[in-house]
Amino acid sequence: MAKILIPTPLRPYTDKQDAVDAAGATVGELLADLTRKHEGLKAHLYNDQGKLRSFVNVYVNDEDIRYLQKEQTPVAANDTVSIIPSVAGGAPTTTEQEVRAVPLHPDRELPTLTNDEVKRYSRHLIMPEVGVDGQRKLKASKVLCIGAGGLGSPVAMYLAAAGVGTIGLVDFDVVDFSNLQRQILHSTPDVGRPKLASAKDKLTALNPEIEIRTHEVALSSENALELFAPYDVIVDGTDNFPTRYLVNDACVLLGKPNAYGSIFRFEGQASVFATKDGPCYRCLYPEPPPPGLVPSCAEGGVLGVLPGMIGMVQATETIKLIMGIGEPLIGRFLIYDALKMKFRELKLRKDPDCPVCGTHPTVTKLIDYEQFCGIAPTAPEPIAVNNATEITAVELKQRLDRGDKLKIVDVREPNEYQINKIAGSVLIPLGDVPKRYNELDPEDEIVVQCKMGGRSAKAADFLRSVGFKKILNLKGGILDWIDKVDPSQPKY
Amino acid sequence: MNSRQLTVTGGVDEAIRAHGRAAYPHECCGALLGRDNRVSDIVALPNTTEEGPRRRFLVRPSDYREAERRASELGAELLGFYHSHPDHPARPSQYDLDHAWPTFAYIIVAVAAGSAGEMTVWYLKDDRSSFEEGSLQHGENSHPDTAQAVHG
Repeated sequence: MAKILIPTPLRPYTDKQDAVDAAGATVGELLADLTRKHEGLKAHLYNDQGKLRSFVNVYVNDEDIRYLQKEQTPVAANDTVSIIPSVAGGAPTTTEQEVRAVPLHPDRELPTLTNDEVKRYSRHLIMPEVGVDGQRKLKASKVLCIGAGGLGSPVAMYLAAAGVGTIGLVDFDVVDFSNLQRQILHSTPDVGRPKLASAKDKLTALNPEIEIRTHEVALSSENALELFAPYDVIVDGTDNFPTRYLVNDACVLLGKPNAYGSIFRFEGQASVFATKDGPCYRCLYPEPPPPGLVPSCAEGGVLGVLPGMIGMVQATETIKLIMGIGEPLIGRFLIYDALKMKFRELKLRKDPDCPVCGTHPTVTKLIDYEQFCGIAPTAPEPIAVNNATEITAVELKQRLDRGDKLKIVDVREPNEYQINKIAGSVLIPLGDVPKRYNELDPEDEIVVQCKMGGRSAKAADFLRSVGFKKILNLKGGILDWIDKVDPSQPKY
Repeated sequence: MNSRQLTVTGGVDEAIRAHGRAAYPHECCGALLGRDNRVSDIVALPNTTEEGPRRRFLVRPSDYREAERRASELGAELLGFYHSHPDHPARPSQYDLDHAWPTFAYIIVAVAAGSAGEMTVWYLKDDRSSFEEGSLQHGENSHPDTAQAVHG
């Protein structure tokens, strides 16, 4: 039996008593006994899930049970338990913390609109939230898209259509057939062309009034600050962690907003980072995941329309930032699930201890992001040493033609195996190798193979670790096999 | 149905408005002390929210205890709390409802662009489903100097 002190607002439920005796060995048991005796208290102490409401504080002799053992906190007979309210409330708002849009360059001189432009943007101009001034802000603005791929495509197309005066694109890739499923800047006749050439054609055709600047370089710590400097907003459409951290850090160092998006399989994320008082990507993820833990789209796949959805969020936020309207996606992290068709929102706070945007930053200039993300510099030397563990497509073909007895194990997924395969290979997906390796004969000479050679290298390591002696990894995977030996098969 | 009545003296009314103006653009908050549905004193309390004081307020348990202590010192009761809605009407939000305590009077003062406007009072329904608006009366200020603020 212990005494529970009842706060003023709950006394009507305890027959006006300010203290009630209840039985139990723990706080949880005492409160259960209390609410049994005074049924009316239940709704005010517990939420629908039966948990103590967040604004209900329970103290055992002046100690908050949150710092003891919560509801399991033991209570002795002479202890005093107090229920103490936190009183909270606030004005209505759609976001937890109000973020007002701030025009990026309030003092910038705005260009006038030509008659053609007035016609082109008339659906913008008739909305008072945009109006002529908003359109002139768009015309004056400069936006840099990192990547002209899945995310960069919809972002650049809508920003161009909307009348963003200068759009910069950073990319150095060439259009591949496998891009066309989602990278809507590029069309079938563009396959083999530089992405920037294809992008510039599309965007200029869409809106000849705007300037398209192409930067055909690999973004690096050496060139990022200089590249970003002339632009107002940076749109991160990258697909790898080193570049993502590089873009974030460069944006923080330059004080430029980062309209962030990322996609994987059926899920996408978006936020606005690195604004003046808002959090940055590192406030959310101070450290990158271990290399290889999060697969890339090339490995894990991506739903073709997904970058459309996320790119639209990035483009919308970019336009809002430029015009200074609405509630930006600052301090909020949007997560989209295409299969469930659901958006979730996480609240983000600026981390005062953030290594780059915190009060005492430790990162004050751009670093080596490959190293930061645990990716070794690309030195081919380990392969040279372990030559005996690899076989090239041409060597494999020669040995098969010679009649050598080689067992080929394809460690890709069944849906990939349906697309193309090396004749005579058996399929054991990488994840199944540990439980199925006894289907293989350790005395056989075995060639493991996947799409590009990464997964099969892991399979080879595993097989060696369980005693297989003669394991060869097919260098460059089936893609190299098709290029060098069997061009009749499709690639993906 | 007759709505519950809460009477505030002239000094209390002005003290709440002054606190709202001073805290703008943040929310202010404080306790209402008195007897028999008549607020004779307020205790201004620090807004300790960590979720953005423009749209939220939080009275810590230690400050709640302080308010109870002040009430018993004055021979009064803790009648409820007040807070301001900067640039928003004096209507309770869902957040107010989610965090409300029964029986307490909740006074909300709207502070638009730094100047205090409408003031309303609300009571949580017993089933927590919504607030019921009370009727705020402005009574004679029997003790002109009783409205006071602690904590600043």
